[in-house]
Amino acid sequence: MIYADNAATTKMSEAAIDTMVKTMNETFGNPSSLYEVGQKAKEVLEQARADVAAVIGADPREITFTSGGSEADNQAIRSAAALGAKKGKKHIISSAFEHHAVLHTLERLRQEGFEITLLDVHENGIVLPEQVEEAITDNTCLVTIMTANNEIGTIQPVREIGEICRKHGVLFHTDAVQAVGHIPIDVKKDNIDMLSASAHKFHGPKGVGFLFAKKGIRLTNLIEGGAQENGKRAGTENVPGIAAMATAIREADSRMEAYAAEVSRKRDRLIRGLREIPHCALNGDERCRLPGNVNFCFEGIEGESLLLLLDDKGIQASSGSACTSGSLDPSHVLLAIGRVHDVAHGSLRLSLGEDITDEDVEYMIGAVKEVVEYLRSFSPVWRDLMAGKGEFIL
Amino acid sequence: MALYSEKVMDHFRNPRNVGVIEDANGIGQVGNAKCGDIMKMYLKIEDDIVKDVKFETFGCGSAIASSSMATELIKGKPVADAMKLTNKAVAEALDGLPAYKMHCSVLAEEAIQSALEDYQKRTGNKIE
Repeated sequence: MIYADNAATTKMSEAAIDTMVKTMNETFGNPSSLYEVGQKAKEVLEQARADVAAVIGADPREITFTSGGSEADNQAIRSAAALGAKKGKKHIISSAFEHHAVLHTLERLRQEGFEITLLDVHENGIVLPEQVEEAITDNTCLVTIMTANNEIGTIQPVREIGEICRKHGVLFHTDAVQAVGHIPIDVKKDNIDMLSASAHKFHGPKGVGFLFAKKGIRLTNLIEGGAQENGKRAGTENVPGIAAMATAIREADSRMEAYAAEVSRKRDRLIRGLREIPHCALNGDERCRLPGNVNFCFEGIEGESLLLLLDDKGIQASSGSACTSGSLDPSHVLLAIGRVHDVAHGSLRLSLGEDITDEDVEYMIGAVKEVVEYLRSFSPVWRDLMAGKGEFIL
Repeated sequence: MALYSEKVMDHFRNPRNVGVIEDANGIGQVGNAKCGDIMKMYLKIEDDIVKDVKFETFGCGSAIASSSMATELIKGKPVADAMKLTNKAVAEALDGLPAYKMHCSVLAEEAIQSALEDYQKRTGNKIE
């Protein structure tokens, strides 16, 4: 089996599993309890906070543990909106291809009276810092742009965008769910005020993540209750999950350089191999992308059938076709970079992890070629295109 | 639980009656690429019997399986029976489809209806 859907989730690392089990066994106490086993759990929790903070260049007090990336995105945006509303500033800038955790939160805020500007991400899937500067008004309270896109892997000029936000006194949040543990991030150097991350994208457990919020930014609670997480997120802390996340992030950080070199070499080989398929296109900028991300559109075929046949060949991947989303529209990310519906339905994302071998890459190239050719062999769309009825888009 | 029934996967992996009939006397195409599904049906009708049927489909697993099953259900049958094929019959023969994939069986029914209409137009024969 070749698992090539690491952007969806990753397999937990053995070290993270060990930490999780050890914490469950030995430090099962409630961190809010005063007795020994509770205080030990508190120590584990605070050590994890320090570890996570160190990796992104933050102060431990700036880290709030959450149930994952979506919660962190929701809390960051809600908090900035509340702070902005107090000053009468109700304008938020974001991009058209953010994760739904961001877009749907912004849509809610729009219904609540905020003005939302979604910046164009161009054909290459990258927002330009100038666009951000042009969009900022006296009413702007937040800019939220992802660090790297979850579907096409394009890396955004976060540092430059952050610099512009600083200059104009606007808060800058970045959804770094796909980036943390994969590419270097330093919240100070990168001028980031708030950042969201999720453990299961870097070989940690599901159901745990964190929100970084720079000192002085007052967070709005999404969950009311006890005084956990400095009163910013109620509910008994997921100590085993948080401890395992800390192990996973430290591990990912220590291996990042080697991982990036190795995985991006395989990514590039995969891209070269798939490009040999006629009438296809790589989605997103070729260089400015996450080490493991490969995303193509193939004309004349539909993505779900491609995925099912690849699954039969032992390859687990994903697609932005409508049929895999349960809606009639293909991925908003592919539409945002200008892919028309007809070809957006025929997309394939292969997101590689460290365990992918060179043989796996060659096998995947062969398998995708074979399946695309087979599906085209009885596609009426392909037949018409080959017969000269209608023009190829790709 | 798997997304699709064994029957759907069987018809998806080994679609029956795939291809083109060069001398078809009824051809129908429905759907559009924008929505992600296109089905094309080719019929060869002789003596009011569906002698041969073939399909081409651009679409998801259930679209391909629905096309395949629909061709099986009408092949060798009187045209009057083919006229009565419903999407429900296609879905049932596939041991069911997920609710949001039912439109694939509707497309299969419509593709066959469209090919039968084409046949009636071309030949002037009326299917009773």
